[in-house]
Amino acid sequence: MPRYEPWNADRAGEIIARHRHEEGAALPILHELQATFGCVPEAAIPLMAEVLNLSRAELHGTVTFYHDFRKEPPGRRVLKLCRAESCQAMGSDALAARAEQKLGVEMGGTNTDRSVTLEAVYCLGLCHSSPAAMLDKHVYGMLDQDKLDRLIDEAQR
Amino acid sequence: MSVRIYISRDSGALCVGAQEVAMQFFKLAEQKGLDIEIVRTGSRGMYWLEPLVEVARPEGRVGYGPVKPSDVEELIGAGMLDGKAHRLSLGLVEEIPFFKSQTRLTFKHCGIVDPRSLEDYKAHGGYKGLAKAIEIGPEATVEEVVNSGLRGRGGAGFPTGIKWRTVAATPPQQQKYIVCNADEGDSGTFADRMIMEGDPFVLIEGMTIAGIAVGASYGYVYIRSEYPDAVEAMEIAVRAARAGGMLGKNIAGSKYDYDMEVRMGAGAYVCGEETSLLESLEGKRGEVRAKPPLPAHVGLFGKPTVINNVLSLASVPIIMIDGAEFYKNFGMGRSRGTMPIQLAGNIKHGGLYETAFGITLRALVDEVGGGTRTGRPVRAVQVGGPLGAYFPRELFDTPFDYEAFTAADGLIGHGGIVVFDDTVDMAKQARFAMEFCAIESCGKCTPCRIGSTRGVELVDKIVAGENREANLVVLEDLCHTMKLGSLCALGGFTPYPVMSALTHFPEDFGAKKKRLEAAE
Repeated sequence: MPRYEPWNADRAGEIIARHRHEEGAALPILHELQATFGCVPEAAIPLMAEVLNLSRAELHGTVTFYHDFRKEPPGRRVLKLCRAESCQAMGSDALAARAEQKLGVEMGGTNTDRSVTLEAVYCLGLCHSSPAAMLDKHVYGMLDQDKLDRLIDEAQR
Repeated sequence: MSVRIYISRDSGALCVGAQEVAMQFFKLAEQKGLDIEIVRTGSRGMYWLEPLVEVARPEGRVGYGPVKPSDVEELIGAGMLDGKAHRLSLGLVEEIPFFKSQTRLTFKHCGIVDPRSLEDYKAHGGYKGLAKAIEIGPEATVEEVVNSGLRGRGGAGFPTGIKWRTVAATPPQQQKYIVCNADEGDSGTFADRMIMEGDPFVLIEGMTIAGIAVGASYGYVYIRSEYPDAVEAMEIAVRAARAGGMLGKNIAGSKYDYDMEVRMGAGAYVCGEETSLLESLEGKRGEVRAKPPLPAHVGLFGKPTVINNVLSLASVPIIMIDGAEFYKNFGMGRSRGTMPIQLAGNIKHGGLYETAFGITLRALVDEVGGGTRTGRPVRAVQVGGPLGAYFPRELFDTPFDYEAFTAADGLIGHGGIVVFDDTVDMAKQARFAMEFCAIESCGKCTPCRIGSTRGVELVDKIVAGENREANLVVLEDLCHTMKLGSLCALGGFTPYPVMSALTHFPEDFGAKKKRLEAAE
């Protein structure tokens, strides 16, 4: 279960320093920042810019280009529902609507007790067993309404 | 002697409970004092049978599936460890028609070997392709791949060997790179994921051969972040290969150096486009580059770069072992060798089916795939991912071949087939194609960035009956502009699903059947 650290500039600096000599270090750094803090904190951008010798604008452009990088930490657990064609063929639209209704959020939102962030994902590579979902890093296939309900219950627990 | 059983750790098996089944075997083995050894393999690709449990017997591996954790005790009681019959018995796994009728070249070891064990890979003939490449040298290796007729399995179908030859011809004494495109974002595809989770060493071997062939000493595998299991499997395999002297300095005792690392994407579909992927690897926005210059000349960090799909690179070892002639013997026309085809969506037998080019859509969907999982009639299939065309049943005689699909206004792409039954609304699918393009557009070129949003609006207007005839003309015109004016395949190919839906299923748009019009 992901538990994130509060923002700490020294910790961020340490992460940035560890990757700085890698070729094309930005993505590895951003991933580790997000794994640590639950998001890419705004305050990390100037630190990264300085070390990588990039402008803040360039880095801002990079961070915002990618769907993965968050501005704020997600809920305690992240439930990703596949919305791509293969899952559509097996009724994922109805499952998505049900998840939104059960959690009281739209895709991309976090429920009120911040236990679950619900997200759309475009393909988990489990198209042989559609519809598919991922709860944190665990994958689920052949979903139906019952299995989805159980998954949402587990996520909220 | 302990009985060896095999349970997949591929995420396609995990998603239906393979981990829980394996845990149950561990638990019961301890309780009952059973002498069993559980090997966690990749998947055979018969996903409707997962979790599939295989027992090693003198006559071969005997399968049981799909197994639920609650079945395990009963299975053991019925004598599964001696290969005895049970209602979940599947007999010898390699005799199952879906498996037996395949030609497994790229996926030869997938589902058989332990993906975390270099020794197991070697014991199954692994790294013989590399040995051959070292023996015959770089030039002959490049020519072998050229002669095999292997074409890029990522979708574009560009001859792999020609890319290699171009990079090999660039001046030596400079850094060159091998980049593996493992950003498998197309819905309906999972073959790259299966290789990385089930037989990662074959990919590492293919990349190493590529490195030697073109004089590149370093490589990257760029894996999408939606594949955490594949990232883990590749990282473990890269470490094992390095520890075993198969990566790094003087690989396998030769004069060649080659090392590599795994990099993770960040949820951008467009990064599957090769130049966008290179930008992303450099740590930038994944914006598409204009070509030329080709990545072979000016690639990663401006250096000559071979960028190939997972399946292209994973096919290289078998080409080196059995020879270009052997590989070329499979297939039809200019599509040589085998294609790992992925059956997905509403299909009874979802999974991976590797076969020579030339098999028809009908054979794949109706016979191999067994029709829909819902039991309803098949109405449409989308081939080649979100940028691939929708095919109606009338076109099911189309053979799986790059040129035949182009002639039918479609593409085979990465080999995924998504099946839809008769409840599908094709106008909705066309709208989704435009919507997806709008979400994922990198924003660099106007036809894709703006056209996709206008496309969504147009489909909405057409379905709502607003100036339908006029808007249909505008939609066609927009598709034409996107197809010819976009920088890359995202904007350029989005018209395929849209136009094919409109052409083959006009009734879903409230439009008249064009074919009927022609007959009047």
